[in-house]
Amino acid sequence: MKDKLVKNEAGRWVPLEINGEPVIPYQGVGKYIPLGNKYAPPLPSCALFPSDGNKVTTSLKDALVKAGLCDGMTISTHHHLRDGDFVANRIFDIAHDMGIRNLRWFPSASFPCHNHLIPYLEDGTISHIEGSMNGPLGEFTSQGRMKKTAVLRSHGGRTQAIQDGEVKIDIAVVAAPAADPFGNANGLTGPSATGVLSYADMDVRYATHVIVVTDNLVSFPCLPMQIEGNYVDSVVTVDKLGLPEKIIGGTTQITRSPDRLIIAEMTARFCEYTGIIYDGCVVQAGAGGISLAIAEYMHQIMKRNGWKIRVGFGGTTRFMTGMLLDGTMEYILDGQVFDTESIRSLNENRNHIPFTINNIYNYHSKGNFAQFIDMVSLGATEIDVHFNGNVVTHSDGLLLHGIGGWQNCLFAKNTIIALPLFRDRIPVIVDEVTTLCGPGELIDVIVTERGIAINPLRTDLLEKVKGSGLPVKTIHELKEEAEAICGKPDKPRFTDKIVAAIKWVDGTVIDVVRQVADN
Amino acid sequence: MEGTSGNRGPSVRSDCYVAITPMAAGGIVTEIKSKTRVLFGRHIENLVREVLLSFGLEHARVEVEDAGALPWAMAARLEAALKQVFPAPKEFLPPELPQNRRETARDRQRRSRLYLPGDQPKLMINAGLYGADGIILDLEDSVAPSRKEDARYLVRNALRNNDFHGAELMVRINQLPDGLEDLRFVVPQPLNLILIPKCESASEVKAVDDRIAELNPDPSRKIWLMPIIESALGVLRAFEIASASENVVALAIGLEDYTADIGAERSSEGLESFYARSALVNAARAAGIQPIDSVFSGFENLDELRAVATRSKAMGFEGMGCIHPAQIAVIHECFNPGEKEIAKAKKIVMAFEAAEKAGIGVIALGSKMIDAPVVKRALRTILLAEQNGLLNPKWRESDEG
Repeated sequence: MKDKLVKNEAGRWVPLEINGEPVIPYQGVGKYIPLGNKYAPPLPSCALFPSDGNKVTTSLKDALVKAGLCDGMTISTHHHLRDGDFVANRIFDIAHDMGIRNLRWFPSASFPCHNHLIPYLEDGTISHIEGSMNGPLGEFTSQGRMKKTAVLRSHGGRTQAIQDGEVKIDIAVVAAPAADPFGNANGLTGPSATGVLSYADMDVRYATHVIVVTDNLVSFPCLPMQIEGNYVDSVVTVDKLGLPEKIIGGTTQITRSPDRLIIAEMTARFCEYTGIIYDGCVVQAGAGGISLAIAEYMHQIMKRNGWKIRVGFGGTTRFMTGMLLDGTMEYILDGQVFDTESIRSLNENRNHIPFTINNIYNYHSKGNFAQFIDMVSLGATEIDVHFNGNVVTHSDGLLLHGIGGWQNCLFAKNTIIALPLFRDRIPVIVDEVTTLCGPGELIDVIVTERGIAINPLRTDLLEKVKGSGLPVKTIHELKEEAEAICGKPDKPRFTDKIVAAIKWVDGTVIDVVRQVADN
Repeated sequence: MEGTSGNRGPSVRSDCYVAITPMAAGGIVTEIKSKTRVLFGRHIENLVREVLLSFGLEHARVEVEDAGALPWAMAARLEAALKQVFPAPKEFLPPELPQNRRETARDRQRRSRLYLPGDQPKLMINAGLYGADGIILDLEDSVAPSRKEDARYLVRNALRNNDFHGAELMVRINQLPDGLEDLRFVVPQPLNLILIPKCESASEVKAVDDRIAELNPDPSRKIWLMPIIESALGVLRAFEIASASENVVALAIGLEDYTADIGAERSSEGLESFYARSALVNAARAAGIQPIDSVFSGFENLDELRAVATRSKAMGFEGMGCIHPAQIAVIHECFNPGEKEIAKAKKIVMAFEAAEKAGIGVIALGSKMIDAPVVKRALRTILLAEQNGLLNPKWRESDEG
């Protein structure tokens, strides 16, 4: 059956149905206003639970059976265990052994360790993934081998989809570094500490059935209750949630790559000169190589001027906690932790607070934190001459990354894409992005080692940057410069088959990914 | 017979490996593996044919394992592999970037010179962005003996087609006589300066100078020389080396080899090389050229580098070598004129100009008489301060007002 396609507001051809469910084509930034009510899971009663509050179940398999695991269900997991995750793989090992089929896996992100699931995608235990597909999972999807169509969402889009009932979770499995028998849990202690459990919060509230899995059962109460046991059906203990060294990197390192340092330094200088950062500003930081280096240069700017960052959002590293300690940052609102120092800080510093993804990123809510952010620096795989961005596919057409918080952060007051102008001969500035993930109107500045391009819509920044001595060029000039060095690349070829849909933050379909042809 | 060139393996980037086997018949048969195959497979295929056919090699099996090599690097690999099995006097030259061909002044500032191993294209691509005064494409110690020939093609092509963003272009050739063969590859290209390693005599400098004159297609174009003194004998002959040719613009010292040669251990304080460095500064100044210090090899430790560079400037050196881009900013900061130095130079220059205007032969600052070398040095300080944005070129107006 050939999909019926329509051209969405961004000019991309998208279907009206994905996996048999109707979807809404992208209508523009802020244009689609939802109607109706939030989704709600079935009502529980405490009469059906043990009066002593002990929900410990003998094994994950028993817990899954108790949850009524059957064909076609949706299973959600969070990604705080990152590349050290044993739990998600274990769920599908069990499902496979039980002969269960057509499960939808709904992770908040996937990692290379989840390549373990490829055989289950091949044999139909898992019909498709809605989340992120990295590396070999992405390649598998791009080759058209997934049984159904994958769906990619941003972190905020994932909470919106849960809230709106677009994705109904049958079983949420929450790997918890510390939990009590009632199901109260947090990420702060234990051999598999993850710091926070922000990505699991929404799943726990909306799933029909919730299983907490821990390798660190403590007696009631497990405090603080990052996950409230009131939502939890059963608690399972296992030997190990994952490989600790892959869950949290011991110490995050700033890139030593001189090329990346040039980009970071130029970004920080740009932000200082144009007044994007100032005393009391709000910033979002990431753990990518360039982002960390930018954070370190910003730290120096804050110190030199005697300024403070009011609040730093985002993935936390020792570079942010260092600012908290020396007073150049007042608060950290933490959605994800990247190193052991950040876990220490969360445990000890009252100004370092976990937040939920729903509270900061959900577009269908009563306000949007992301809009308070003065400066965010992000990466991309491609940016086109209209400033549209791609983060999921490479220029050769293969799906290789998830969206993460990227789309959500575009709503910051100043969105800066900081990246090398070309990587291994592949230019990042293109005529048209292979896959549209973020509309150009939300992307303000591109910083590369060979120059800075400012979105013509930002006449204020174009004015402010004058006299800075920074190498400001047009995006076309940057593109031509890269092509003079690398050559103009050919385009990948695709079949008509849609292998993945890209959701915008409001649940509408902004683009699709097609199967790569045998090039 | 198979000719090979380049690098392959999981950690290789921006480079490629090429193997060429000439055949009796069958045309050019390619096997191309590349991370960029979808985007650049056709370009790579075309380049292979273009290079082979330019040498008249019509039948061959060509294997390319590419990790995102830029065209100039791939062409160098192809030519190096081809010439092992199909000797030809011709060259395959990538287009020359007009911005790379520019002359440099004899006394231009040479605070920093960044060493790049001549067989690693990856490090060359962005080298011009780091702001070093000079970039050295090294054919000598950083290139393994088995890679010397590969490096000649790569360095030649980089000089022509890789944008070095205005840095002074330098090549360190091998010790003679191999170094004289290196010159054949680089002299016709955009190039400003040749470093002569382990130099111990004026005759070596003359041999290099003569060979350059033979190879230089445009005799009016200057190619400067910077001999590197790396031995006890070299130090003793520093002045004759420095004055061996009018093209010698600077004298550098290489302390790793020098300390080994005198049987000492190299320390960051540098007491063991104090005599040699002082002698070198003296010889260079006597010959009217720039004394340039060695590299500092602990590239992680920028604080120690700062201390070393500060002492180096105090001894009279005008610059240092860099082995990592992170060293450049620190070295510039240390060799740039300091605030006090600029303030003093301004006073001297103003006194000098006032005396000139009034037609007075004797210059005085307060009660102190000032002689010509002091004025000359002050003028140089002002020039460097202006060039590096430390002093507004209109300082006279604001200072007088």
